[in-house]
Amino acid sequence: MLTIPDFQQLSEQVSSCSRADVHQALQAPHPGLQGLAALLSPAASAMLPELARRSAAITAQRFGRTIQLYAPVYLSSFCTNRCAYCGFAADNTMDRRVLTMAEAEKEMDILHERGFNHILLVSGEAPAKMGVDYLAELARRTRDRFASITIEVQPLSTAEYARLFVAGITGVAVYQETYDRRTYDQVHLSGKKCDYDFRLASPDRVAQAGMREVGIGALLGLTDWRCEGMALGLHLAWLRKHFWRTALTVSFPRLCPAEGDFQPLTTVTEKDLSQLLFALRIYDPDVGLLLSTREEERFRTGMIGLGPTRYSAGSCTAPGGYAHPELEGEQFAVGDQRTLTEVCASIQAKGHDPVRKDWDSTFQKGF
Amino acid sequence: MLQIADKTFRSRLFGGTGKFASAQLMKEALAASGAEMITVALRRVDLTNPADDIMANLDRETYWFLPNTSGARNAEEAIRLANLARAVGNTNWLKLEITPDPRTLLPDPIETLKATELLVKDGFIVLPYMNADPILALRLQDVGAAAVMPLGSPIGTNQGVLTRFQVAIIIDQARVPVVVDAGLGAPSHAAAAMEMGADAVLVNTAIAVSGDPVRMARAFAQAVEAGRTAYEAGLGLQDNKAAASSPEVGLDFLR
Repeated sequence: MLTIPDFQQLSEQVSSCSRADVHQALQAPHPGLQGLAALLSPAASAMLPELARRSAAITAQRFGRTIQLYAPVYLSSFCTNRCAYCGFAADNTMDRRVLTMAEAEKEMDILHERGFNHILLVSGEAPAKMGVDYLAELARRTRDRFASITIEVQPLSTAEYARLFVAGITGVAVYQETYDRRTYDQVHLSGKKCDYDFRLASPDRVAQAGMREVGIGALLGLTDWRCEGMALGLHLAWLRKHFWRTALTVSFPRLCPAEGDFQPLTTVTEKDLSQLLFALRIYDPDVGLLLSTREEERFRTGMIGLGPTRYSAGSCTAPGGYAHPELEGEQFAVGDQRTLTEVCASIQAKGHDPVRKDWDSTFQKGF
Repeated sequence: MLQIADKTFRSRLFGGTGKFASAQLMKEALAASGAEMITVALRRVDLTNPADDIMANLDRETYWFLPNTSGARNAEEAIRLANLARAVGNTNWLKLEITPDPRTLLPDPIETLKATELLVKDGFIVLPYMNADPILALRLQDVGAAAVMPLGSPIGTNQGVLTRFQVAIIIDQARVPVVVDAGLGAPSHAAAAMEMGADAVLVNTAIAVSGDPVRMARAFAQAVEAGRTAYEAGLGLQDNKAAASSPEVGLDFLR
């Protein structure tokens, strides 16, 4: 079982790194965890251009000049958890919706028409409203139309993941939110999500079930992002060692201060996010790095080619929001409102190919 | 300390008993090597005979006895030898060697994987000799190999670690110890493997056929220790001065 060191210890490891350590990590073929600590350190914050350069070179070599595109489909805003940072938290008064099968298919059809082939299905944790049966049925109905369908829903059992894989789901994202136990307990007020260890072991179960890909991530703005970076590095190394058949991705959901919403416990700037992303790229050349529409257009355009490999586009975070843009009840406000076409144009303008299809449902047929 | 299965070893140099001019020379050379794990070809020894020249000179209190299936051409033959070793040799440890081509003695990946899986299920501690194929190493690890033993170059060739690039991937990915086996012809080859992060090396021919096996054994022991120490200390990086010192990446989009 993976164990994450105390954040105090990680913090000391990171902050003790010198400029020389950063130089060494930038040149090492395999920087390792000690190298990652250097790349995440305050010393490296002053060397962001060097990190960007190395990250860009590694990304180009491993992934080419391409960015893959995907879009989320929010299926349900019902949730039995109370997470301090989330718009779907059980104690938020809001009109909640769960899409009917027909409505969900309609949302996916709209995205398909807009040119999306990679779909991420998202839902709050309320198994009575949105369970494995629903996801399996939706995948079965839509799998032929899409290159890949991944999910970001409540953690499931190995058997449930295996069932969804057979139904046509290719990958699963389960973000730990924070790897710091103390903070985790502080922001997860009630619900099944309070179980840190069950959540931490979820990517293991996803991989054991045979999924092609597992996504991990930390919500930025809860605690020291440098330590979260170390924990993400440890988690990646663990998954690589134990589940070598599974491709890995990391997401970087960043909390921004907003009127009336949950105020981040700590500020993570765009510079911080960039450093985290560059550091993980240099540490793990093969990991897929996602940059969602939480971030603004200016930042997303600037980051093209420097490390991220996947962008979402044209996202709506309210269930049913593609068919009915007037609907409210979003999980969070998006920072980049552009359409898929506009995002693709900006990727091309920076000399990269916006890839809309990079998988095929045939791979999972015949199960 | 090196740990394989539930056993720990101070020495990261594994020895062999083949090709020595005499059993006495073998004994002295193994002593000089400091090796604790010694592999013995089952086809070469008579385990039922206490006076067997090799077994009589191999103190099993001092050395951990690792029988090998040298000569086996397929999984079936190897498993038969393994059962003999367990029944008569009183050990469930096994260096699995399956080499259908008598000329190159290169290991058969398919038979090796098959035999490893069956032997592990049958309670053996299996250390398979393998070509330096990273995916095969992962597959062997997944079916329960206690260590993997990729070759540096074909056995007896003294060519060193020609498989360097592949071995580096294996070392990077493995959860079990990686023992570079075969082809290490000089102490510098052994040191190079250890500097890369190999957990141990196995050397036989280069010691046994040297002009002075006892001194050569000592030289390999020193090289293995030097290589390991260098790996643990962290090698200096080759400075890449070709890299521009002022990066051209513009980050003005960052606030």
